[in-house]
Amino acid sequence: MPVMDSSNTDLRIRTSMPAFASPVDIHQAPRALIEIENLDFHYGPHKVLHEISLQIPERQVTAFIGPSGCGKSTLLRCLNRMNDLIDGARVGAGRISIRGIDIHRSDVDVIELRKRLGMVFQKSNPFPKSIYENVAYGLRIQGVRDRSRLDEAVERSLQGAGLWDEVKDRLHTSGLGLSGGQQQRLCIARTIAVEPEIILMDEPCSALDPIATAKIEELIKELRSKFTIVIVTHNMQQAARCSDLTAFFYLGRLVEFSPTRTIFMNPVNPQTEAYVSGRFG
Amino acid sequence: MSQSSTHPYQSRPGIRRAAERIAFWMLRVCTYAVLACGVFVLSDVVFKGARAVFRSEFPFVNVTFFTEAPESLHVFDYEGRKVEMGDREFRAFRHRESQKAAAENREPLPIESQSFVYSAGGILPCIVGTVLLTVGATVIALLLGISSAVYLSEYARQGTMVRFMRLAILNLAGVPSIVFGLFGMGLFVIYLKWNVSLLAGWFTLAFMVLPLVITASEEALKAVPKGFREASLALGATPWQTIRKAVLPHALSGMLTSSILCVARVAGETAPIMFTAAYVVRDKLPWQGLEHFGDFFFQGVMALPYHIYVVSSKIPQNDYTQRTQYGAAFVFLLIVGLIAASSIILRGKLRQRQTW
Repeated sequence: MPVMDSSNTDLRIRTSMPAFASPVDIHQAPRALIEIENLDFHYGPHKVLHEISLQIPERQVTAFIGPSGCGKSTLLRCLNRMNDLIDGARVGAGRISIRGIDIHRSDVDVIELRKRLGMVFQKSNPFPKSIYENVAYGLRIQGVRDRSRLDEAVERSLQGAGLWDEVKDRLHTSGLGLSGGQQQRLCIARTIAVEPEIILMDEPCSALDPIATAKIEELIKELRSKFTIVIVTHNMQQAARCSDLTAFFYLGRLVEFSPTRTIFMNPVNPQTEAYVSGRFG
Repeated sequence: MSQSSTHPYQSRPGIRRAAERIAFWMLRVCTYAVLACGVFVLSDVVFKGARAVFRSEFPFVNVTFFTEAPESLHVFDYEGRKVEMGDREFRAFRHRESQKAAAENREPLPIESQSFVYSAGGILPCIVGTVLLTVGATVIALLLGISSAVYLSEYARQGTMVRFMRLAILNLAGVPSIVFGLFGMGLFVIYLKWNVSLLAGWFTLAFMVLPLVITASEEALKAVPKGFREASLALGATPWQTIRKAVLPHALSGMLTSSILCVARVAGETAPIMFTAAYVVRDKLPWQGLEHFGDFFFQGVMALPYHIYVVSSKIPQNDYTQRTQYGAAFVFLLIVGLIAASSIILRGKLRQRQTW
């Protein structure tokens, strides 16, 4: 398998120092797109997020890392209000604003919000429809009927997700016939078809093999020129490889949020240092 | 026993092994007893029913049994032979005889016939009525049942209220069918003044199977992966769009197949229709002699299970009536069996298509 060649830095198992996607120029900090201020979040009687404050810049890849149950997925799902679906889940205090608008304001339509914040899930979840219909789904529910517009959007999205060449001859076969990695890229294509501003990824590679993971990471690096990406990951190497900024969470608190290089090379907090060096987690 | 043949795993006869054997044999005997009962009931109906339904000469099937209404059977001696005739045929025969006698200038021969009600003719109106009742009740039950299942499992906030509603629905499943019959008579027939009618029967039967339809539909909805809903909502679909496009299409097959078993139940019940929709006898078929289209819904019909009940308990019993009873029971079994078999085949087909 040529991809597994040790010359490929993306796949090499690292023992000491991770490779970095792109160093962020701190002097040229992009302006914050998503601002989270003192956010407390509860599942029923349990407080799962404590006073999170975080500013996510535009057109950057921000990674949330931390051990299981630290609240990183919960925070991600707060951003497009997917937590609204869970009975008893509520924001206790603080606010989240996107482009300065509080997303919990009463005049915010959660449907419009979710159109602008696409989401890719941990387990790839294509609909049991054709590849074409999977990608066209978001546009169809927005009422787009025009065949040529749909065709064009499907092709553009599949190309954007790096899947076009693999599936262009079988667009009308079931999306479930694809491999796991292809299915996940199909989900990404489906997400970018509705042209969101932000893409939220909830451990998109945790069910994939290293080769499929490498393809998705490659894709993330390409997508950051057009989209703001927030990715939750268990895999620290993944965060190191494809993110610009990294937030480390522990027990529902934000421990450290810095450019990825800083987090991995000289973390300020000893807990961060212990986690990224693999001493716990 | 030599020293070399004993080992730590040596099997020894003992009380535990005996108990094992006895338990196993009891289970086996019970199962065979159930099987024997089933075979006995079925073969009894099939053998006795086949006499009414099949013929030894061409076309081998008693066609009138499927194309005529029930009528009285007349049995009499004629020229030394024992003759069996249906009512209409018998009248025509007597008319011919009297004409013949008049032509020959003599008194017509006295015909001393014995008559048996409902023992000749066929069961067409009952088949038609049962089909109408079943189709209508199923449509109503599916509409109401699927709607409330969608509401309960997709929209409603899962709290005390929904738990209470589920409990109520489950309890409804335990209500005896005769109680549904009484309820239908009280509400539809008397209070709403629908009289004994198809409409009253439809709603009564539909209410009876609603708990089954709701439970089956909820199960089918639960079987749709959560990921479909999340993916759809995350793409900016409204909850209704999500249900309609990402959930219902994948749950519908499960809902329908489970509900076909409800169809068999609807077709088979006697108690709910005896006060609400079924007539003992009716000459006209449901589409005959209608003044307005609306009258269609407000007419009673004959129905197979009720007809079987009438011919087996409301008229004097003898060999001739028994033939009709078992003929009707045989056809009835055939219809219900076909419905059940088609549901099983359909379920198998749809399961093959379901790939997630």
